[in-house]
This record gives sequence, structure tokens and C-alpha cells, in this order.
Amino acid sequence: MSTLIELTGVRKTYRSGSLEFEALRGIDIRIDEGEYVAVIGPSGSGKSTLMNLLGCLDLPTEGRYVLEGEDTSSLDEAALAAIRNRRIGFVFQQFHLLPSMTAWRNVELPLAYAGLPRPERRERAIAALDKVGLGDRVDHRPGELSGGQQQRVAVARALVTEPALLLADEPTGNLDSRSTGDMLELFDELHASGRTIVLITHEPDVATRAGRNLVIDDGLITIDRTTTTGART
Amino acid sequence: MSWWETVRSGLAAIEAHRLRSSLTVLGIVIGISSVILTVGLGQGAQQEVRDRIDALGSNLLIVSPGSSTDSSGVRGGFGSASTLTRADATAIADRDAVPDAAGVAPAITSSVSLVNGDTNWTTSLVGTTTDWLDVRSRELSAGRFFTSAEAVQGATVAVIGADTAFELFGPQSPVGQQMSVNGTRVTVVGVLTASGASSSGSTEDDLAVVPAGTASRLTGSTGDTVSTIYVEAASAERLSAAYQEVQALLATRHGVTTADADFSISTQDSLVETANETNRTFTVLLGGVAAISLLVGGIGVMNIMLVSVTERVREIGLRKALGAAPNVIRRQFLVEAALLGLTGGLVGVAVGIVGAQVLPHLIDQAVAVSALATVAALVTSLALGVGFGVYPAGRAARLTPIDALRSE
Repeated sequence: MSTLIELTGVRKTYRSGSLEFEALRGIDIRIDEGEYVAVIGPSGSGKSTLMNLLGCLDLPTEGRYVLEGEDTSSLDEAALAAIRNRRIGFVFQQFHLLPSMTAWRNVELPLAYAGLPRPERRERAIAALDKVGLGDRVDHRPGELSGGQQQRVAVARALVTEPALLLADEPTGNLDSRSTGDMLELFDELHASGRTIVLITHEPDVATRAGRNLVIDDGLITIDRTTTTGART
Repeated sequence: MSWWETVRSGLAAIEAHRLRSSLTVLGIVIGISSVILTVGLGQGAQQEVRDRIDALGSNLLIVSPGSSTDSSGVRGGFGSASTLTRADATAIADRDAVPDAAGVAPAITSSVSLVNGDTNWTTSLVGTTTDWLDVRSRELSAGRFFTSAEAVQGATVAVIGADTAFELFGPQSPVGQQMSVNGTRVTVVGVLTASGASSSGSTEDDLAVVPAGTASRLTGSTGDTVSTIYVEAASAERLSAAYQEVQALLATRHGVTTADADFSISTQDSLVETANETNRTFTVLLGGVAAISLLVGGIGVMNIMLVSVTERVREIGLRKALGAAPNVIRRQFLVEAALLGLTGGLVGVAVGIVGAQVLPHLIDQAVAVSALATVAALVTSLALGVGFGVYPAGRAARLTPIDALRSE
């Protein structure tokens, strides 16, 4: 399988005044297409920083990040926006849906920024909502949906552009146990259909669903292991 | 995202905060409507002045004496000299010398006291020729004008203005009545129709018109100087030809060059110009106030856009995470600000137009809504929105997606 993500010697240093804080202190990771990877670590370990770098929301202070063969380390904000739009689908802990828009309008947003014509956008948005089991909720606003349903809308939005990478930051952090189960099942299905997923979590039982666990601590990857439960290849 | 969609999402954002948006555009509404009303008032007043002056006769040339210089070298103002004579008027009336003039009326003006029984009234006495009525485009509401025979004899007959008639005789008809002018009995033979117009402050409806010879006698003046010579051009097109002919003729007669002439000729156009200048001053003044309120309105838009950016930091972060480039975000906020401005402009124009219909009933002043001012107001409001939206939109565009997403 071909390499999707390659991080080499990635460091990230935050400066605030004279204080310097090194959040990532030299990370080397390779993730292949079709992998389901969970990044685990306590808060403050640097996993959110890693998520931001993987999602092209931020640039490393040092080191190289190659996504799908393209070095992103020296791109400007507009080019990074284009990469986020086409290659990465985000699922956030707080769902981040726009409350004034219906489900399908939320889902079509990335397609709008990609410049697709409206009829095609609507069609693809509804198809994506169908895939996450919300085909009958396309015209509901986020406020009219449960937490689990809202997060599924967010997953539909992440998938609608057919991105190379699905990046989920604590996707179950705001869900009850039943919705968490549903969400993890959805991820299992997506993985089974060949999608690359990187999931960031601090919950060990969520992590065990993934085929590979990366444990990060104090800015370094301390453990890189293949799990048995989640391994399905 | 297409422009049309950006506009639609901007409208949606404005509608999401209806009260706040309405309060925001209020400043612009007030500014734009006052601009429209101010310009309308100015133009209405100008139109009114033009109408009144047209009613006085737009073909009119008014020849006034120049300034005098006394023995100690003090120069008086225009009209202080006594350089115009009835002979000048007669010369101008010569069709060969001034072919473009249709009528000439010299006027000897002085202030006199009129008495009817125990009522007295001070007015201006105008001594002139029979041409006066035509030259000044006046009409009679009762009686007749004095005849050329009466003019030659210097008969004690007078035609009086409508206001004078009312002040002296009350509601009864003055025609055939006698009044005393500086102690001499004069018969009123006619009353002028009210013109409603005024030039240089004195009403055209308060005067007594008598033959020139009679005027000299009544006021005890000797010599034959006149205060003004009114010349009516044959048509509006021939006004400037008549102007030059009169100027050349008088210069020759007085032995001066046109550069140091001892007389001046003004046209109704120059009166219009003077009146318009006054109006323009007011328009500029009021327009300045309106412009300040527009500025305040624009700052209001900027303020609310900044609040809106702060409030929607998370939305901006999300949109950026989903692939919105900084320029797209900038455009979204600029369009939103422009729409706020334009909405204010449209409402302001509507208020201004309604105001222009209502205001004349309240202040007895015509308001002319000009299409140019309306379009300019709309363009200004749009520009205000964009101008004051640049900074907030730039702030939104510069937000980094992680900071924006992280904020609560």
C-alpha cells in the first residue's frame, strides 16, 4: 500500500513573549493508505498539535510533512486551504456545525468552497447524509438533531469531498455511550470500505477499535503498536 | 463560492440578526435620507427662484449707474453715481442703435409718503415711461396704465402695486381714488397684478408708478438722471446681443471704455446666479451635516462588523478548516458590510423620497428629488459599507484556523 502521510523530524515550538514551549520534539510517522490509526495521549502531550499539523491547520516549526506526495511545509494559507478542502475531512469534538443552516447545507459547504455547481453539491451532500444514515434528516437544522446525529452530519461533511484522509479529533468526546458505539461502528465501516482514518482520543477503549495505536507523550511518540482487536486487514 | 452565493449568505447573516442589522443601518438611513432631502431642498429653492425671476421677464437687462467718487476721493458703491439720464434711455430706445431691444423703460426711483385720508404708507415711487409695463412683464388687475399723452404732460396719475393698494385703500377698489403724494394730489388709474416676486429684497408689489416727469415734480428733483434703465431684449436669444449693443452705446455716449464704464448692466441670469449662490451655501452646509451623519453611520457599520467577526470566530475557523481561503473569508465579510450599507442606502432613499413628498406641506418649500443625487447616495452607501468593512473583513481573513476553532 502506498504511503499517505510521512512526517520527518517534525517539531513545533510555541512562543509567547520570552517563553518557548516545545509541543512536538521530533516526530517521525508514516501512515499508509487504508490504515485506521488512533493517536492516544494525556492532555498536554502534544496530540492536538499533531492533529493540527496533520490537518494542515498549522505548519511545523521544523521538519517535513508530506501528504499524498506533496510537501506541505512551505505552503501559504491559501494553498493550505485548498489542501484541507480536497484531501482532508475533519470531524471535531464540538461538531462545529453552523446552526443557521440545514443538515445538507452544512454538508455541502466544502463543495461550495471547491467551486462545484449547486445542483451537484446538493446531490452529493444528500448522498453523504444517506451514507451516515441521515437520509431522512437532510432539511433539519443542527438544533433539531441529537448529539449523535449532529456528529454524523459532521462525518458526512468530512466525507462529501471524498478526501484522502479522515481526521477525527475526539469525535466521541461529547457523545453518550450509545452514540459513541454508533459512531465507532460508523468508523469501522468506513475503515472497512478502505478509508484512511486518523483518530485522536484519550479513551483507551476507543483506541482499541483502530488497527494501529500511536501513543504520544511529552511531544514524542513513545509507542507505535498494531492492535489485535481492530486489525482487519 | 460564487458572488451570488456570497451575496445570499451575506443576506442570510444580516437577516439572522434583524434588530441589530436595522439599528446598524439606521445611521446610514438617516445620512442618506438627509442628503436626498438637503439636495432636494436646495434644488427646489433654486427652481423656485428661477421661476420667480422668469416671471419678472427673462429678457431683461438692468442698467445701473456706476460708482461715484466724491471730492475727497471716496468712491461710492454701484448706483451711487448719477451717470444715467433719460437721454440715455431715449438713445437706447433708438431701433437703429440697439436693434435687439424691444422696449426701454427708464426708472427714477425714490421713497415717498402716500396719504389717503388718515392712512399713510411709505413706498417707492417709480417714474418711468409707458413701456414699463411690457418691459417688466407686468399686468394690471384693475384700471389702466398711464397713457403716452399723460406721460408727456406729466399728469398726476399713478398705477400702484397690489400691496400698496391694500395698505392704503383696504379692500375697496383704489381705481379713480385720490391720494396725496408728498402733498400733491394724484389720481390712481390702475392696480398691478400681484407678482409675488421680489428682487433684492424689496417687493415688486409695493410701489407707485407715475410718468417720469411727474416723478421729478413730486420729489422736487431737478435734472434728468434716472436710477435704472430697464431694457427688454427682443427675445432670450438676442439678450446677449442687446447687452453688447447697450454697453457699446452707453460707453460711446459717456466717453468711457467698457473696462472703466460708469454704469453696469446686469441680467436676470446674474440675479439667478446670486440667489443660487445663497442656496448653494445652505446646501453645502446642510450637505456637510448629512455627510457627517453618513460618516457616523459608516463607523456604526464597522463597529457591528467587528462585533460580528469576533462573534463568529468559530464559524470563520470552521469555514477555513473546510477549505475557505483567506480571500474567500474577506469577500464574505466585505459583501456583508456592503449589503448593510446598500440596505441603509435603499431605505434612506425611500425615506428621502417620502420626506420630499411630505416636507413641502410642512415648511412651504419645494423639494426636488434629483435622480443624480439618488444614484450618488446609493453608490455612496455601498462604498461606505465596503470602505468601513475592509478592516473587519481583513481581521476575519487573517485569523488562523486553529485559534479560531479553539476559541469558545
